[in-house]
Amino acid sequence: MTGDVLRAHSTRRAKTLRDTQRTPLLQRPGMAKAMAPWLVGVVFLAIWQGWCVLFKVPSYLVPAPSAILGQLIQDAPLLFGSLLETLKITLLAFALATVLGVIIALLFVQSPLIEASLFPYAILLQVTPVVAIAPLIIIWVKDMTAALVLCATLVALFPIISNTALGLRSVNPGLINLFRINHATRWQTLVRLRIPSALPYFFGGLRISSGLSLIGAVVAEFVAGTGGSGAGLAYQILQAGFQLNIPRLFAALLLITVTGVVLFGITVWVSRIGLRGWHDSQL
Amino acid sequence: MDSTTQVSAQPDTLAAAPSRDNPPLLSVQRVDKRYPNGTIALEDVRLAIAPGEFVSLLGPSGCGKSTLLKMFAGIETPTHGHVRWWGQPFETVGSPGRRMSMVFQEATLMPWATVADNVRLPLDLARVPRREADARVAEALAGVGLAKFARVLPRELSGGMQMRASLARALVTEPDLLLLDEPFGALDEFTRNRLDSDLRALWQRRGMTVVFVTHSIYEAVYLSSRVVVMQARPGRIIAEVPIDGPLERDDAYRVSTPFIQDCKTLSDLIVDAHRASHMNEDAEVQS
Repeated sequence: MTGDVLRAHSTRRAKTLRDTQRTPLLQRPGMAKAMAPWLVGVVFLAIWQGWCVLFKVPSYLVPAPSAILGQLIQDAPLLFGSLLETLKITLLAFALATVLGVIIALLFVQSPLIEASLFPYAILLQVTPVVAIAPLIIIWVKDMTAALVLCATLVALFPIISNTALGLRSVNPGLINLFRINHATRWQTLVRLRIPSALPYFFGGLRISSGLSLIGAVVAEFVAGTGGSGAGLAYQILQAGFQLNIPRLFAALLLITVTGVVLFGITVWVSRIGLRGWHDSQL
Repeated sequence: MDSTTQVSAQPDTLAAAPSRDNPPLLSVQRVDKRYPNGTIALEDVRLAIAPGEFVSLLGPSGCGKSTLLKMFAGIETPTHGHVRWWGQPFETVGSPGRRMSMVFQEATLMPWATVADNVRLPLDLARVPRREADARVAEALAGVGLAKFARVLPRELSGGMQMRASLARALVTEPDLLLLDEPFGALDEFTRNRLDSDLRALWQRRGMTVVFVTHSIYEAVYLSSRVVVMQARPGRIIAEVPIDGPLERDDAYRVSTPFIQDCKTLSDLIVDAHRASHMNEDAEVQS
């Protein structure tokens, strides 16, 4: 009987597949939803381009999209080299924030006393603007890469800590009781129950932190750049600003934005893989 | 209501009355449970359950039946008095011949693990070798009719099937004592009746001791060899009623005269106790 149900299910799936093959691409239900944001973007760019051309807006005020793209291609070696630098800082900070955040969260849930004594400092870390402490860090830490990574890590750390700690504590009380009745050790409860329960929260933290580590990296580069040193995209933006090379400024900005979107996309993909269809958020 | 209606277990049940040769499997002596806010969840509860009995704890919401069951499971401790398992404190539970399992009100399955992984959990926690564990999981799943769903995630199962998986997880350790906390309360009547029949058959086949919490009189009478009736405010035992039904029970039993008589007895007990406690409340209000 169950076999029939499963078979019926798979035939239904095959049928929808055939239906999709027959419908024209643009008329498929998912298509409109996927195309809509692109359409908005294209319309926006067209208006921007038209406006600049029509009113002959000087490119040192608002460059046309075509001018930005041209500059991006022209300055490609310079800008992509800087992108690589910023990306390096971002990814190192993101990785460091993830590892540190998880370790600190695991520490927090070990005892309420540890959490009570450390949590205020985690908040302190979160509310202090990184621009305010970045100059100090850059002075204290000799190695520039290390200093920038440290700044970006500080920005990206908190969401991982708070989300993971919340997840480790948000365990179904019935399952806690089940583990207790079965004489589970602390370690077994952590590995088999608390960590899997925390995964959806942890992935939520990852999404926020991916963007924050990029922001942290760019802000730190800005501070370093005003001090006269740097090679990242923020430095290019600063320099382009000084030189009134506004198209290049926009091109660098575009690269930062695209990087942020790609990073976010990767974390969404990772969380989809990690939750493999058991969590409500992934259905 | 300080006198408890005590009737010894009947010869037509599987269990023998507790005696010196046959010590109670579970005993509760003068147990109180008070919460810091002053609520008295249980007051002066005394109960002995013999090996092989099927005992139901029956009563309205707030009578402490779930609290009492949680004490049996070792996840709730009494404020006064003590609970003994096989005459021993809780630490000895879990050794061979003294295994205990519990089925909760909800299926409480791990949503990230397949049905088979969920059912294997108690064996994994006890570090049973993988091969032996897998064989026992397959057997337990077949026993509840879920053999084909071993590799499926819990969310793909219906409520009744999730409960079956939960039951399989409780049975995979071959428990000597099985505790169930209103396990089928959230299911429709047909599914519930079927699972009740399965549970009763399982109890007969395995010869284990079962403590079953319910607020359904019909379910209690259908399943049990003895029904412990409880009352709220404060939570206490007001009567223990042996069920004289046949050992083999089927749907015909649900409409038989002894079944209906037992239901009526229990219903009267609960209604009278309810009325008495309300009269007390009225008297308190007047004074």
